[in-house]
Amino acid sequence: MNQAPGAAVPAHIVIVGGGGTGAALAHDLVLRGLRVTLVERGEVTSGTTGRHHGLLHSGARYAVSDATAGAECIQENMILRRTAPGTFEENDGLFVALTDEDREYGRRLVAACEESGIPSRELSAEEALRLEPGLNPELLWALQIPDGTFDAMRLPLRWFATAKHNGAVIRPFTEVVDVTSASRCVTGVVVRDHTDGRESRIAADMVVNAAGPWSEAIAAMARVDVPVQPSPGVLLALRGRLCNMVVNRCHPAADGDILVPQRGLTIVGTSSWLVDHPDDLGVPEDHVRAMYDEGAKLVPAVRGAEQRAAWSAARPLIGGRGGSTGRELSRTFECFDHARSDGVEGFVTISGGKATTARAMAEKTADVVCAKLGIDRPCQTRDVVLLPHTAYYLS
Amino acid sequence: MTEHTANDPRPPAPEQLGGDPQDTPAPLHPAPGHTVTFRVSRSSRGERPHFDTFQVPVEPRTTVLDGLISIRRHQDPTLTLRHSCFHASCGTCAMRVNGREGLACVTKLEELGGGTVTVEPIANAGALISDLVVDMVAFFERYAPMGQPLVRESELGPGSRPAEGVERLERFEDCIECGICMSACPISATDSRYLGPAALAAAWRVMSEPRTADPERAMALADVDHGIWRCHAAFECTEACPSSVDPAGAIMRLRRTAARRRLGGLLSGTRSNR
Repeated sequence: MNQAPGAAVPAHIVIVGGGGTGAALAHDLVLRGLRVTLVERGEVTSGTTGRHHGLLHSGARYAVSDATAGAECIQENMILRRTAPGTFEENDGLFVALTDEDREYGRRLVAACEESGIPSRELSAEEALRLEPGLNPELLWALQIPDGTFDAMRLPLRWFATAKHNGAVIRPFTEVVDVTSASRCVTGVVVRDHTDGRESRIAADMVVNAAGPWSEAIAAMARVDVPVQPSPGVLLALRGRLCNMVVNRCHPAADGDILVPQRGLTIVGTSSWLVDHPDDLGVPEDHVRAMYDEGAKLVPAVRGAEQRAAWSAARPLIGGRGGSTGRELSRTFECFDHARSDGVEGFVTISGGKATTARAMAEKTADVVCAKLGIDRPCQTRDVVLLPHTAYYLS
Repeated sequence: MTEHTANDPRPPAPEQLGGDPQDTPAPLHPAPGHTVTFRVSRSSRGERPHFDTFQVPVEPRTTVLDGLISIRRHQDPTLTLRHSCFHASCGTCAMRVNGREGLACVTKLEELGGGTVTVEPIANAGALISDLVVDMVAFFERYAPMGQPLVRESELGPGSRPAEGVERLERFEDCIECGICMSACPISATDSRYLGPAALAAAWRVMSEPRTADPERAMALADVDHGIWRCHAAFECTEACPSSVDPAGAIMRLRRTAARRRLGGLLSGTRSNR
């Protein structure tokens, strides 16, 4: 049964999925006084979260096509810098125009950034080359925006660390094998602990499905449907810092049009296609070649750079099954209260979105969870400064 | 473009690349039926490890990590291992492959010279939880107190300078906290009190660029019998590091700094700061 507000024992929420969203949600919910258990079938951040390129979005990448997404990104960008100090390479980013068409898009981008509240500075080709000498010297123009870089695992680890410190139970290597329910109300999950092979039941006042591209499979266990479309992309890691700023092509988001420096590597991303299942993605050679070809247009040294790794990651996009590449699907997120959509109580799915907005996704989901439980406590994750990532291993 | 069926995991060619698809050579595919034998160390909590053997289909690009994930997905869902980034940046998939430490995500099968691939967990970095999963507590108990910031000053490209209003460009530390250096270190294997290469390398980073950390505290933690003076200069750590940290070099530099400080103390008649 759902817990009444003010009861002696706080409600217990089980979060399924140990990616960035689950991490931020665990952090949010324990700050609101709830008991939280998070289960993840593998190591934390072993699904989509750990594999992303590590871009802290300024929002400029979405500003032209979706001003709301752009505004959401810059707002989260600023919140994350404040609450996770020391987690970002704060070197800004550039949108680089190589053709007249790019330059035209750039004019729209300047206006769109202003509309979304994204600070930007126009640079001549010479000014841009002074900042990033490795850029294609043929560039026409560039726009500087507050993109940043983060470590795809270590930011979520700070949410996990802080959540654990505040009482959340984080259980990696614990796979959900069933969702239990009674009279169309979800009552908990059955999990298998892969470290000892034991199955057990975890009772919950509410279960939140934050399994990203795997959330359809979890929802099916609760006999509801969520329209998540796994959309993988290929990424390349090249040896050497070929740039210090994030370098974007100044055009609508497409294949191989972003370079993200990280440690001693440069990440080139990404392509986009659609799959039925988010496992067994493979790394198609033609996509790898596309990353090299398109990336080298921005920074010519990409062409000769040694490949450290090539991999695929599946985005959990919302809805619209039957598209072709996933580019037409929105990067926004959605929180499904299955009591409203399917008449199943005690079960909420959060999906879509992107790493930069994980905290906002968690806030909205925690609002839904609290409203359903009749709890009125404000979100604190905009201000609480996070513990260092190393605290995750020591608490 | 190849036809796609529900069972075909191959994606369509990337969109918006232009050009004639005829120009693009077909993706590389393995000879049908080509497999490699994996011997994987298995154990449940507290159990003595044994090996299980699996046949894994491989392609030219297949890494040890791909092979293990394929085993978990298609043969044995109970296999436990750590992984996250797939590009040598998170450090979670450190393992011993054919007796040598490495990151499974960037260890390609074709580079192992054929034959059976034996996969074991790293040693010395913490207690074995199950299969290939090590609890990294021993590692982080030594490493975290050094307080090494994650972000450091970045090298600049030739002729590059920071943007207006930005004092310096930044980048993440090289150390990816994988535990490979501890696993490869002969002293860490025999002396459980030894701080180990990663923690000492972190101490040197804090000495060279303190940022938010306290260099004197890091030096005090490192300059102890089970710290910099315990190293036998085998250089296995530097050899094994997948991220060019050079822990052995850091230990030697810390020793020189500590020795110089003591000498300075002797000459001026003050106490050593050890």
